[in-house]
Amino acid sequence: MAERYVMSIDQGTNSTRCILFDHRGRLVSVAQREHHQHFPRPGWVEHDAVEIWQNLQRIVPEALSGAGVDQAGVAAVGVANQRETTVLWDRRTGAPVGRAIVWQDTRTAPLVEEFGERPGEEFFLERCGLPPSTYFSALRLRWLLDHVTGLRQRAEDGEVLFGTMETWLIWNLTGGADGGLHITDATNASRTMLMNIRTLTWDDELLAFFGVPRPMLPEIRSSAEIYGEARALLPGVRITAALGDQQAALFGQTCFSPGEAKCTYGTGSFLLLNTGNDLVRSRHGLLTTVAYRIGDQRPVYALEGSIAVTGALVQWFRDRLGLISSAPEIETLARTVDDNGGCYIVPAFSGLFAPRWRSDARGVIVGLTSYITKGHLARAVLEATGWQTREVVDAMNADSSVALRQLKVDGGMTSDNLLMQFVADVLDVPVVRPLVAETVSLGAAYAAGLAAGYWPDLAVLRSNWHRAAQWLPDMDPARREEEYDNWRRAVERSLDWVRPPRSG
Amino acid sequence: MAGPVQSIERAAAILRLLAGGPRRLGLGEVAASLGLAKGTAHGILRTLQHVDFVEQDAATGKYQLGAALLHLGTSYLDVNELRSRSLNWADALAARSGEAVRLGTPLEGKVLVVHHVFRPDDTLQTLDVGSLLPLHASSLGKVLLAYGTASLEPPDAELEAYTRHTLVTPERLGRALAEVRELGWAAELQEMSMGEGGLAAPIRGQGGLVVGAIGLSGPVERLCDGPGHPRPSLITLLREAARAISRDLGAARW
Repeated sequence: MAERYVMSIDQGTNSTRCILFDHRGRLVSVAQREHHQHFPRPGWVEHDAVEIWQNLQRIVPEALSGAGVDQAGVAAVGVANQRETTVLWDRRTGAPVGRAIVWQDTRTAPLVEEFGERPGEEFFLERCGLPPSTYFSALRLRWLLDHVTGLRQRAEDGEVLFGTMETWLIWNLTGGADGGLHITDATNASRTMLMNIRTLTWDDELLAFFGVPRPMLPEIRSSAEIYGEARALLPGVRITAALGDQQAALFGQTCFSPGEAKCTYGTGSFLLLNTGNDLVRSRHGLLTTVAYRIGDQRPVYALEGSIAVTGALVQWFRDRLGLISSAPEIETLARTVDDNGGCYIVPAFSGLFAPRWRSDARGVIVGLTSYITKGHLARAVLEATGWQTREVVDAMNADSSVALRQLKVDGGMTSDNLLMQFVADVLDVPVVRPLVAETVSLGAAYAAGLAAGYWPDLAVLRSNWHRAAQWLPDMDPARREEEYDNWRRAVERSLDWVRPPRSG
Repeated sequence: MAGPVQSIERAAAILRLLAGGPRRLGLGEVAASLGLAKGTAHGILRTLQHVDFVEQDAATGKYQLGAALLHLGTSYLDVNELRSRSLNWADALAARSGEAVRLGTPLEGKVLVVHHVFRPDDTLQTLDVGSLLPLHASSLGKVLLAYGTASLEPPDAELEAYTRHTLVTPERLGRALAEVRELGWAAELQEMSMGEGGLAAPIRGQGGLVVGAIGLSGPVERLCDGPGHPRPSLITLLREAARAISRDLGAARW
């Protein structure tokens, strides 16, 4: 019998990827297509949901032919997706209501301020584990209901459906207007601010507060269970998993036990710590989120530290300052000097995320002297990612009963040896990179294969994980403390910069 | 033997013309100066632009020498970029072969290890990125020597014998390198350390220039299926990975 594979679809912020994995979790074929980023106004970021669905229709056959199989060679499909991005569409025609509003979009900032004062953060934290932020779907949904004429009525009448990207793609894959499944999973629902983090059901008080009509909401399912069969694109193939991308990466890194954590280094970076079946409320600026739920087992929770700007700072260095011509050259430039020369960059481009959550902060470069070269600046760029990771890890250690013993890393920036060594140095724990860098896709495949019986249990998945590289801490403790202190003083200088416009 | 290739002569003339004056030149000026049809000149200029030897001013459409010409002969490819572009393929090679993978580039008469993927068996291993290997006694080095990417420093340097299998005479090394060029891959069997071996293949950048080497290493009995006979399946995996990275490098910069 021909070998069968598990297909993973990763609907990301910049592109959609389709990857086939074999029994040993090895990548068999990849197809990828980017979609357009729409910036209609400053701070607004939108995607065309139809374009993304069309891209998927092109890459799925490409990935199949890359592996030399047809849909009969696919044992199951799992979906991972950019989280919090909000799509609305017409149930009867399948046509989206405007463009999808992306997680980076900050148009809801005035609502965040309003809700932070009344009813206040505690109201939200108690129910969904999240503080109000432009990051989460409910605020966008509220904005749309407030701004699109007639939308509220159509939503109440059940004519318009809401979803994040996995909901949209699964609905289309399973028949669309002709009986498509309108579902989401607990990880994605945990990022809407509409789901009760304890019961994993839509929360009546939150729905009432945001004024969201219940008929427009998808059904919340487990992250790994048999949802149904595809009717379009992969007819007959079972769709058996959906997870938000960062949760998928945690799963792909096989962080299945409490205390295990991973950090994905991309444009921004996301550190997730498995806290098991315990729901840990952070006192230190972390988010409480669902890590995954397999079938009818109890949900597994995670603490999340989201860092807004890490790789994006390298991109800024390349595209805006033009000091390097490709992102990896940051390491070459940084290695032209031995240290940062006393220079620190705090990349609070749109405020600071975890653990500080300060929207009033803006970026600063401190410690400039005539001695500083572009090499020192390049060091400071990389070190900013290291220190931001340290702050999140400190918050996690303070919130959780067990201190982090090692950090599993993935994402494009893990190819930077100088950075990975620095992360190990400032965390004072080993940093390990797994053999499969595509952990988001792998996680969706693992969850899907688990639900479909392609893999028997978590232990088999764990045995697929192999260490590809390891960086051990090698920094003098006194120096670490001194540098950390300098970093914290630099951060202080970034705070309280943006002030509300003066009235009158 | 065939005569000179006309289009290359013309391209060289265009480069000389652009190098001759401080001023940018328009398409018409280039064509008229060299007595070429505009279409011909345009085709050559576009090709030169594609390889970054010529740049076109966005506002005026005029041409000047490109930045790549200035770096000709100094840097081929940033090693950190090479690592970044190789990451997925090197991982896949380690996963499929079950052996450790390294990438090497030349540095001052040695091989600089620019990337290292552990053998995927979760045993204790140490990252040796940044370490140096001898050119003549490593499979990575032999690839770099064979394709002219690296040279011994000084050229008549004494070839150190690490084991009794190390190639220490210029003649034997020369024959081995000719064989590497013929086969498209290099082997190192107990030449640097007894019991250990390596296999390597060239990574090519734009225009086919060899910019580095990718290799597998491990105990000889795992790399070979008979005395002195590397496993064909490993060679296939290795060359597939090298080709995939080369294809990636030939594409547009990211």
